[in-house]
Amino acid sequence: MLEGYLPLFVFLVLCIAFPLAALLVGKALRPSVFAPAKLESYECGIEAVGGARGRYSVRFYLVAILFVIFDVETVFLFPWAVRYKQLGWFGVAEALVFLGILVVGYVWAYKKGALEWV
Amino acid sequence: MNPAAFYPTATDYLRFLPELILTIGGVLLLVLEALTGDNKDKSSLGYLAIAVVLGAMFAVPVALANPGTSFNGMIVSDGFAAFFRMVTLLVGLFTLLCSTSYLSREKANTGEFYLLVLFSLAGQGIMAASNELIMVFLGLEIASISSYVLAGFLRDDKRGSEAALKYFLLGSFATAFLLYGISWIYGVTGATNLVAIRESLAAGTSGNSMAVAAAALMLIGLAFKVSAAPFQAWAPDVYQGAPAPVSGFLSAGPKAAAFAIFLRIFQTSFESFSSRYEPVLWILALATMLVGNFSALWQSNVKRMLAYSSIAHAGYVLVAVTTNSNVGTAAAMFYLAAYALMNFGAFAAVTHLAGRGESHVTIDDLKGLASKQPVVAGLLTVCLLSLTGVPLTAGFFGKFYIFKAAIDNHLYWLSALGLLNSAIAAYYYLRILAAMYMHEPKTTDHPEPVPGGIQLTMWFSAAGILTLGVFPGLVLDYANRFATFVK
Repeated sequence: MLEGYLPLFVFLVLCIAFPLAALLVGKALRPSVFAPAKLESYECGIEAVGGARGRYSVRFYLVAILFVIFDVETVFLFPWAVRYKQLGWFGVAEALVFLGILVVGYVWAYKKGALEWV
Repeated sequence: MNPAAFYPTATDYLRFLPELILTIGGVLLLVLEALTGDNKDKSSLGYLAIAVVLGAMFAVPVALANPGTSFNGMIVSDGFAAFFRMVTLLVGLFTLLCSTSYLSREKANTGEFYLLVLFSLAGQGIMAASNELIMVFLGLEIASISSYVLAGFLRDDKRGSEAALKYFLLGSFATAFLLYGISWIYGVTGATNLVAIRESLAAGTSGNSMAVAAAALMLIGLAFKVSAAPFQAWAPDVYQGAPAPVSGFLSAGPKAAAFAIFLRIFQTSFESFSSRYEPVLWILALATMLVGNFSALWQSNVKRMLAYSSIAHAGYVLVAVTTNSNVGTAAAMFYLAAYALMNFGAFAAVTHLAGRGESHVTIDDLKGLASKQPVVAGLLTVCLLSLTGVPLTAGFFGKFYIFKAAIDNHLYWLSALGLLNSAIAAYYYLRILAAMYMHEPKTTDHPEPVPGGIQLTMWFSAAGILTLGVFPGLVLDYANRFATFVK
């Protein structure tokens, strides 16, 4: 049974070896220069302004979560689409129930103003 | 296979009726909440949620009258499932009864609270009736995700938000263990149905040592959910930080449902290597009792003390689980029902006494309660005496049956240590009683009247505790009859 995992094991070893090799070779080849400019976020680009830990509006999260809901929805609809003919009207009804529950949640989010961008 | 074989029949839906009612009710509440506008007191939605829970309670006997599996073995309707559905629904009913006035007091009376309780109850019902590891996972997640939000429902409360975040992070972590165990089991046996797993493991064709590892992973996940030591660290912070009715809900409902799947999985699927996990459960039970009781001794906050006491009580139930017998299962069922009554009764009293912003939750705040509010003090006393395990209360018979089952199964040391533990527990329960009855009140201000829902909950749980304390057969006969699983 375990022989079946041999390619996976080889793959795992390669996965670990390759980035290690890349880092080591890079370290051996590159010149080491220490200058303040080296520590900047964008060495050759525009100068960074402000910190990276600023606060964002919570609305980004709302939109992201709404997106996730409808993203996951498709995960459930794909298997139904594959077996559409065999499942027939029963499948359609079940999919509609599923979508109906999601729409209720969407209506709730809309009414609560989750989509308003002030 | 012909897909028509997968179509559910009408009986399938009847066996699933309580959860269907809860889900439809929850979705209906979501629509109503959206349509009734913002910034209003939504107590009426709370009453509607109570009606939904009552409807689900009436559906439990309907599901029980149609025993068997439905949806191709995903869900099983048996007496065991009906019992735990009833316990969780009762806890849900208490929660809703206590919440309307609590939320109005905290100015957070929105419909979302009620529908989250309904969804959590639906998840717990699925847990109680699941016959399949995927359904176990689904039920657990439905119940847990709603609970995470409920724990942090008062958004402006820092402690509540902390509780919600901790509960979420550790709960997801625990679920990951469970899920990993499920995937191992699927890899070993090629099945997720509990009976099919049992047959595959009993036939001995699949690697048993890998199945043991899978069982260990699932044990960790479930031990988190029932707050067994050493996986109990989240419980005190969450129960202390969450709104008081939610703490009561979390400590009784999801815990009972988690024990239901615990018992069902370990006595159905993993029975063939019960001798391997019995020592683990033995240590788990003892550690949970010790940690819960000894930590509770030092608490000055009543909610935190009740949280540690709920850990200790999980330890007693684990003693019953360790026996791995039908008598033990029946004892665990009886104990969880009794525990739901007495623990929620205590939390209902705390809900009322805490006052706005839950500013009065220390034992000092209870001083002289007996002279200020004799009825509340009396009902709380009944709950605390039952938690201690004094005769004539449900808690006494709960402990009695658990330790009797343990002795019948030759777990003498565990029984002796468990009994010692319940003697230790008496100290911290009696400390509250002493504060209520043997001290003068700190202030002389007039007590607020007890809201009707909280009164109803306290009277009902006290009546239930005393009834079960005199006639334990009412519940125990039922538990004994249905403590066997379909195998």
